[in-house]
Order: sequence, then structure tokens, then C-alpha cells
Amino acid sequence: MSKEKEQNQETAISRRSFLKGVGTGAVAASVAPTVFIDAETAAAAQTGEEINRAKIKLNINAQTYEVEVEPRMTLLSVLRDGFDTSGNRLDLTGAKPICERGECGGCTVQVDGKAVYACMMLALDAQGKQITTVEGLANGDNLHPVQEAFIQHDALMCGFCTPGFVVAAKSFLDQNPSPSHEEIKEGLAGNICRCGTYPFIFEAVKTASRKLL
Amino acid sequence: MASWGEAKDSRLIGKRVSRLSGTDKVTGKAKYTFDINRPGMLYGYILRSPVAHATITGIDLSEAEALPGVKAAIPLIEPGKRVRFEGQEIAAVAAITPDIAEDAVRLIQFDYDELDYVVDVESAKEEGAPQIRDDWKSNQSEPRVDERGDIEAGFAEAAVEVEATYHAPVQTHVCLETHGHVAEWDQDNLTVWASTQAVFGTRQNLARHFELPENQVRVITEHMGGGFGSKFGPGVEGVTAAKLARKAGAPVKLMLTRKDEHLVAGNRPSMTQQVRAGATQDGRFIAYDMSGYGTGGIGSGAGFTGPYVYHVPNHRTKKSAVAINAGSARAMRAPGHPQGAFAMDSLMDELAERLNLDPLEFRRLNSDSDARRNRIRQAEYTLGAQEIGWHRRNRVPGSGTGVKKRGIGMGCGLWGGGGGAGTQARVTIHASGAVEAVTGTQDIGTGIRTVIAMIVAEELGLRPQDITVKIGDTEPGLASRGSGGSQTIGSVAPVIKTAAMAAKRKLFGHIAPLVEADPGDLRAAGDKIYAQSDLRLSIPWKEATGYLGMETISEGGEWDENLRIGDVAGVQFAEVEIDTETGLVQVIKIVAVQDCGLVVNRLTTESQINGAVVMGLGYALLEERIMDDQTGKMINPNLEDYKVPGTMEIPEIVSIAYDTDRKITGIGEPPTIPTAGAIANAVYNAIGVRIRELPITPDKILNALG
Ligand code: FES
Ligand code: FES
Repeated sequence: MSKEKEQNQETAISRRSFLKGVGTGAVAASVAPTVFIDAETAAAAQTGEEINRAKIKLNINAQTYEVEVEPRMTLLSVLRDGFDTSGNRLDLTGAKPICERGECGGCTVQVDGKAVYACMMLALDAQGKQITTVEGLANGDNLHPVQEAFIQHDALMCGFCTPGFVVAAKSFLDQNPSPSHEEIKEGLAGNICRCGTYPFIFEAVKTASRKLL
Repeated sequence: MASWGEAKDSRLIGKRVSRLSGTDKVTGKAKYTFDINRPGMLYGYILRSPVAHATITGIDLSEAEALPGVKAAIPLIEPGKRVRFEGQEIAAVAAITPDIAEDAVRLIQFDYDELDYVVDVESAKEEGAPQIRDDWKSNQSEPRVDERGDIEAGFAEAAVEVEATYHAPVQTHVCLETHGHVAEWDQDNLTVWASTQAVFGTRQNLARHFELPENQVRVITEHMGGGFGSKFGPGVEGVTAAKLARKAGAPVKLMLTRKDEHLVAGNRPSMTQQVRAGATQDGRFIAYDMSGYGTGGIGSGAGFTGPYVYHVPNHRTKKSAVAINAGSARAMRAPGHPQGAFAMDSLMDELAERLNLDPLEFRRLNSDSDARRNRIRQAEYTLGAQEIGWHRRNRVPGSGTGVKKRGIGMGCGLWGGGGGAGTQARVTIHASGAVEAVTGTQDIGTGIRTVIAMIVAEELGLRPQDITVKIGDTEPGLASRGSGGSQTIGSVAPVIKTAAMAAKRKLFGHIAPLVEADPGDLRAAGDKIYAQSDLRLSIPWKEATGYLGMETISEGGEWDENLRIGDVAGVQFAEVEIDTETGLVQVIKIVAVQDCGLVVNRLTTESQINGAVVMGLGYALLEERIMDDQTGKMINPNLEDYKVPGTMEIPEIVSIAYDTDRKITGIGEPPTIPTAGAIANAVYNAIGVRIRELPITPDKILNALG
């Protein structure tokens, strides 16, 4: 908590702005983002005017969205609550806001192939990257093997944590295609399920790994 | 009379069927309240008291209202009134983005005079402590005393006695979808998407609040992200969402933050009890005298069970609640049971040790006075002991060698869960062959949607996925109860079953003359309708329903007491491993044997047992609301410092859904009860020192080991 406060005073920006991207299991380096801002915003910046909004392009599920964001907006808030420049909601509500501070994995998406907490990444930092959300895993009506296995083993109850787990499990299997039981537990330690579906999640990941091999 | 028939005749009942909502949930298509986005929707945010106890003297919303993007701001407390816990509602705003709403809340000016507070239960009981409730004489409620037999005579007969104090902390629900609503007005009609366990209860409550006829309020809960007993009405936040929506003239989404969820959205009360117990030399539990209390914050109802599943002829219990400046308790998964069971099962082991008896034997001698439950429990003891390998436990507790020590323990539980009358449902068969089942229950993650489809499909000879189940909406006007007390399946399933039977009878009556058969001779199975006496007479389901022409069959059902059962027994065994250098307890294995009456969906039943065990494990080892005496605030209102079980804590869990009857019962709650007691006893068996206080954290282990 105190760290948050310090950061707040230093930069005089709200909490969300200082958060850095953290992947499940691994901490992604916090590098200065290359911000591709539109001409209008760039001009404003030149004159020292406060930048409140920027138009950026995001590549989500192999589709390009032009969105207007506040610099403080996280990737998660843009997916769920953002609008494109023609005023249409992105409405990608698969990733869930459960803690909004990197503690639960409910918002997990893939960024350039790695699992990332979308609540811990600024939308600005997601520019130029390939973002895959849970909505982008299936190929039309063909579910990804992880999704199929989750259904088969009932690795979900209320299902609120499920999108995060599905994306985390898929990313984990991308990196470790035939994990042991212990490795599965460690690989998914960044996600929480209050309904306690873990035993069946472990089974689902094992089944999916066999299908994917 | 309706019955569930024989197991050998069941095509679906008792089998493993994947959840109907599975695809929507794994693809992110499932829309929870948190995901509902309406055109022109605003975001609500509540300003909450930063202090535990104060009198509000003034609220100024003008600066917040002036912030561009803010569309409404309202006070939620009148000046002169007290706030009595950190997080109590003061005012609320609605704005065009969540961030602007949060900004606006920071601009609300409010003044208050701080009052003395008390967040520690022992201090709250002292004379001169700040008075929290106006309706109580002190901070402690009048004790409830319950006495059976002759307690003094009981102790006189006892050969051994145990005196002990047990404690369990406040646990919070931690629903992953926080409490919240989306409210939308169309003139005087209110539609609310709610993350609730009771669509009809929420409708009634909102209608009353806004003085509307109930049919002008619609409540929708297609999917919801966990309630565990804390989501039965709109709460302050639901009413606030509707008020803001009305004032702003636009739909408002108002979801609690993670911190709010810990502070204001309910909790399981703490438990502190002093107990004296006695047993005879031949192992009869003869006397039990318990006095205890718990805190439900500013709320009441902090009771717990005892002597619980055990039969003690002479007993006296004295229980009260202690108020402190903290958010109110709400029902939480088997209210009163896990805390009582932890104490009771610890006590049983302590008594058994004095008697030099195997704890399992001592339980066998003193189990339930109810005959059915006792019969089932005795069988569960055998099943569970075998599965865990009870003989492997340390004869002498703590006698294992090495840094890591293992131990085995057990615990018990019981639960009502039989359901009741009051559900309305319809099963409709269309000429196209489509079948719908409609009722006003809601799926809070238990899988009732799938169970409804299975029951209808079994009756009509179809597949579960052929049935369209419409639940979680008040619009059809088919009421059902709130989903609590593990009552959902017992309340809903009998009505669905009899409605499906009625619809089938009607269909048979309609087609029998056309195929020249006796309606009583017709059967439905394998997507066909056939005559039992002449198997050549068989028509596909869709052809049969085609005979309905312009007609539709739509039948209601009746609740039938004979289709359900309550009062179930459960037994659990735990094996733990303790690192005596770090104090860390790792649960190795849990065996949960749960009396399930008739299992409908074995897959989702096992899920429920697993999940209940996991929550019980959190209660045993991790979870605790920590209040700070110096500030009156909760120290750990997040998911990092308030620890719920994650993947690394999960042991091997053997969930035995024990079919005991051909009658249905709910099992959302019962399997969470015995876990903490079983783990606490396993810890003792491992290290030979008893921890009488939950959660059993490494510091307690290290202190105990000295
Ligand atoms: S919501 Fe992002 S980690 Fe919890
Ligand atoms: S399924 Fe409910 S939180 Fe995981």
C-alpha cells in the first residue's frame, strides 16, 4: 500500500497508471513504451498541453481496433469498457476484473504469446503487440483443446475465473507441452478459483496436453 | 406417486454430464452482471467511510457533480447519522467511465466527527466499550441457553474430562464476481441485471423499495460469479444503482470493488468457545458444557453448532453475539457449522486420547441419535478410513521422525438441504419437437441448469442438450426460492420432474389414438416414442410431436416431498505433512465421503464436493479477516493478504459422492463442514501439539513446537 502512495505522489497520477505488466509466473520487463499517438495528440504534446486522450491501434484476436484511450487506462478496461473510434464498444468481456491489481489471474490474456494480467498492463503499452483474449482461442465453432478439456472435466463451476484459467492454461501448455502434475500447479499458481475447481482444472490440463501433443 | 425409479433404468440420472453452460463459460461468451453493457450505460461508484465509527456532519456533492462526465450524485446517509464500520456507504456517483466515477468520488467533500470504535471482540465485551448497537444493552447479546439432561449428573459419571478453548476467525466470502447490478429504467419499469442467488427475492425487495408493483420490476441473472450465501438481496449497492439510474436517466452499472467486497459484502462470524466435556471409561460421551460467542460485526446471528453430530445425553450450551465496528455477517456456506464442527471434532479427539481410544472408535460409539444418519455415517467411517489408510496414522501423535512429519485426522458434518415447496415451473413441448423447461431459480455455479435438463431429458427420452432451460429471470413469472441452504435442487427438481411427467402424459394422450396405441403402453426413450407391448410401433420424437400441429403442450408441476430428502451425513479424512522447520502445513490428501441422497449429475456433484473441501482447507489453514486496533480498519482487504487457496495448496482430493437413497438432496454446503476439523486433527497427529485456533498458520505451528 505504501509503495502505491509513494508512486502516486511522485508522479501525481492515479493508481492504475503506475502498474506494470506482469505475466503469470514471470515478471515482464517494464520498458518504456513506444507510444504511437495520433497527430492531434502529438501536436498537443508539443505545446505542453496535458494529454488526456490518445488514439491508438490495438491488435486483438487478429483484428485491428482503433480506440481512443486515456493514458491511465489498462488493457483490461479497454477490452471491457472501451470504444473504437466509430463509437462501437469492444465488448470483449471474457477477461474478468476480479482484483484489478495482479493477484488473481482472472484477467489473463496473451500478449505476443505470453500470459499477461490485462489489469497490470496499460493499453498504451499494448500497442504493436498481438493480443489474444479468451474470445480469440476457438476457431469458429471448433474449441481449443484446452476449452474442450475444461468442459469435459467440469473444470468450472460459477465460471467467473474460467476465462483467465483457460488462457493461462493455454499459454502454459504452449511453453510446456507435457507437464507433470507439480508443473501444472506451479504454472497456474497465478490464478485463483473461489469455487475450488482446481482438481478438475489439473485433470483438464493433462487431457489437453495429451490432445495437443 | 412420482419416483426417480431404479438406478438400472436411469439413462441419465447418476451419470456424468457436462455442464450445458460450459461452452459459453470457456469461450468468454457467458455474460455475467459485470459484463452487461447497455447503450448509454454509466458507471456507479460508492464513497465509503474511511473510518470505523463517526457521526456524519455534512456531505457536499457539488464538486463531484461539476466534474465533466458525471451524470448523477446522491448522498446515501443523512447528516447527523452514524457510520459504524469502515466501508459504510456515504454517497454515490454515476459517470460515463469507471475512472471518471472514481475521480468524482474523490471530489466529494464530507465532514464527520470521529467516535471511539472497537474492532477487537474481547475489548468490545468490556464495560465502557463504545456502544455499537442501539438495540442491545451492551455489545454482547443476551445469551441463548440450551440444556438437555442433567449436566452435573453427567460429569459425576465421567471418568475423564477435557477443558479447552477453541477459536476460529472471521472468514469472508470472496465471491470472485463482486456484488453488483446493472439497473435500467423504462419509465416506471425497472430492469436489473443482478449478481444474485435470488432473482425473485431481489425483485420483491426492489419493488418494495421503489413502491412498485412486482411485475414492474424484472431481475435477470443469466450467469453469476459466486455467492456462497452473501447474495440474497439487492443490498445498498443494488438500490443505489437503481437510484442513480433514475436520477441520471440512463442505465447504471455498479459493481463493488475487491476491497468493498471484503468490507461490506458479508462474512462468516468468528467463534470463541470454552468447553468442558466428559466421557465414561467405556467410551460414552456423557457430558458437554459449552459457552461461547462470535462476532458478526454490527450484525447479529453469530451462532454455531455443538455438540453437533455427536450424541451426548447431558449437555448445556450458552451462545451469544458480540458487536464490533465491522461489516455485518451474512450467511456463509453452512452458517454456524464449520466453526462448530472444528471445535467439536478437535474435542472428540482430545477426549478419545484421554480414554486411550482410537478417535474413530470413539466417534463410532457416539454418533448421531438420528437412526438414518447414524447408519450412513457408520458406513462412511468405514469407506473413508479405508481410502485414507487410517491404520497408517501415528499411534503416538508426533512420533514421526525427520523434519517433515505426517499425520492423519478426521472430522464430521451434517446438513439439512432437503428443499421445500414454492417453486413454479413449466415444461413445454412444441410441435417442432423443441422442449423448454422454465423456472425462476438461478444457477450460482452449482449446475442446476444442467440438472433440470437431465431430468426433463430422462423423462422424455431425449438428450440434455435437446432441452432449452430458461432460468435466472423473473419475467416468465414462475417463482422459485433463493439458492441457499443447499435447498435449490430439493425445491426445483421435484417440480421439474412432475412437470415433465405431466407434459409427457399429455403428449402420449394426444398421439395414442393416432398410432392406435394405449397411452399407458407408450414409452419415450432414445429420441423415440414406442409402444412397450409392440416394439415395431416406434416413431421418432419429432414425428410424434409433429402430430401436435398448431398445438403446444405446456404443463406445470407439483413439489413432491417423496422425491427429496434432507439431513445428510458427511465424513472427511485428512493427511497432512508439516515442515517442522518452517511451520508450513501441506495437506497431502483429503477423502470426503458425502451422503448425497440420489446423485443426479455425478460430474458436477464431485465438483461441488471438491470445491467445498477447498474452501474448508482455506478456513483451516489460510483465511482470516484481520482488523487493526490502531485504525479500526481491515488490514487485508485484497486477494494477496487475505489468502484463499490457490493451486499450490491443493492436495489430492478423493470426493466420494455416496448414493444413499433414491431421493434428491443439495450438497453445496455439507462437504465444506468437516474439512477444518479433519485437518486440525491431522496436524495434531503429525506434531503431537494441539492448535486450537484457526487458521493453522506456520507461526502457530512454530510456537507450538517451541
Ligand atoms: S483482475 Fe487482473 S490479476 Fe486480478
Ligand atoms: S469457477 Fe467460480 S471462481 Fe472459479
